[in-house]
Amino acid sequence: MAAVNLGEQPSNSVVGHERWVRVSHWILAASVLTLAFSGFVILMAHPRLYWGQVGNDLTPALFELPISRNYKHGGWAAPVTFIPGPRPVVSAARTYNIFNENGWARSLHFLAAWFLVTTGIMYLVAGIASRHLWRHLVPRLGEMKPRLLWHEVVTHLRLPMPAASGGPPYGPLQKLAYSGVVFLALPLMVLTGLTMSPAVTAAFPALLDLFGGSQTARTLHFFAFAALVLFLVVHVVMVVLTGFTRQIRAMTVGN
Amino acid sequence: MSKEKLVFSRRKLVTGLASTGGLLLTGCSPRDLPPTYGNVLRMGDLLTYRAFRMLLPAHSLAREYSHRDISSSPAIGTTNPGDPHEGTFNAERGPFYDRLRADSFADWRIKVEGRVARPQSFSLADLKLLPSRKQITKHTCEEGWSAIAEWTGVPLRAVLEAAGILPSARFVNFYAYDDIAEGIDMLDALHPQTILAYGMNGRELPLAHGAPLRLRVETQLGYKSVKFLERIVVRDEFDDLGKIGSLQNGWAWYVGI
Repeated sequence: MAAVNLGEQPSNSVVGHERWVRVSHWILAASVLTLAFSGFVILMAHPRLYWGQVGNDLTPALFELPISRNYKHGGWAAPVTFIPGPRPVVSAARTYNIFNENGWARSLHFLAAWFLVTTGIMYLVAGIASRHLWRHLVPRLGEMKPRLLWHEVVTHLRLPMPAASGGPPYGPLQKLAYSGVVFLALPLMVLTGLTMSPAVTAAFPALLDLFGGSQTARTLHFFAFAALVLFLVVHVVMVVLTGFTRQIRAMTVGN
Repeated sequence: MSKEKLVFSRRKLVTGLASTGGLLLTGCSPRDLPPTYGNVLRMGDLLTYRAFRMLLPAHSLAREYSHRDISSSPAIGTTNPGDPHEGTFNAERGPFYDRLRADSFADWRIKVEGRVARPQSFSLADLKLLPSRKQITKHTCEEGWSAIAEWTGVPLRAVLEAAGILPSARFVNFYAYDDIAEGIDMLDALHPQTILAYGMNGRELPLAHGAPLRLRVETQLGYKSVKFLERIVVRDEFDDLGKIGSLQNGWAWYVGI
């Protein structure tokens, strides 16, 4: 890595990120933003979420989101009963012209997912090989004491924020947030995403058992999306509050 | 997973990705694969198709459920090809479908043609004489919902073999009585759960679900399972099916994802 930085400035400074971190950060950032946008458009086509193997307009929802004209549209012909009973199995024809932009939204979603997965794998390999993940991202047991974490939270709520160095080492809350994204949220995103694929679940039915069904996986996919959006907002706010120019330089030119 | 197998699949992954990259540029005959039209989204679809075909086992079965898992099933898209108010109404085939339905599909026949040794047509009775398959499977709609139903029908493989698939055949296309057509590759066509269904939840296939015969492709999304089948055409080369196919309407051709 030292050779890489030669042209930029004498590297006696410890601030900034290594080149592979900077490159993968921005590819992953672009992928996540594209996935969030296209995923939201996909969700607009059917803004109902369920728990279990199946769910549709004729079965109860876990919750519904008022994010398109499809929200509780009610455009269904009179149902025909297949199997009577206390929870009858019925069929009904849709009479409502729904909002549906999934043609391009789905293809864009999976194109961005390819970038996320390939870059993510390379990031993990490089992060393990260089010990970056272990040294900088994995929280230490000593940092996870409630009193210390509470002190960190209070410090972070106080304005103005002290300027940051623009790179590791990270504080305990940063470590928690970054490792939560790298080790939890993004892998959960990929796995729950794959659990919605009929070809993938035919090959790996264990995914259906792991999450308890593709509709549960879809709902978890949404929760992980919400968590990532929350992370993104806090992340950007912190970058702005701790020295925007310096932070952006650290993640682009490297120092 | 054994080390040997891991190395093998890693090699497959690398050659798979490399050959996909090559195919996007030059590769084999462009009509052997879904066209990308130079569209970056279609290139992503092609990458998904190639990667799934390289990495996933060929004929693993989609999960089959039990009777008590059967759920309600919405019927969307065309729910009556004879209705001129439907967006996919075809002025010639629609009224013809209406007449067939008025007669309980007694004169209905499905044509099997193209790259087969013995092009022919089958009545519903003919199809019911062939081996039948019953499967309780999940229909996954691209919109985001899903439904479990029991489907009864004849494996597509049995119908194609009765007509004699020519060795060069690689794709199977399906034309419906409305303005819908879809295609699948031979791998999905010969999948044991790919059936031509004439029964749903223990009854004759209802009108809104594609009477009298629909396709079920359990390893792809719902829109591949064409309703109201009229004609099956076996092909050597890829055909985007023009204005009634998914590609030219902006939808991915392969939707195993």
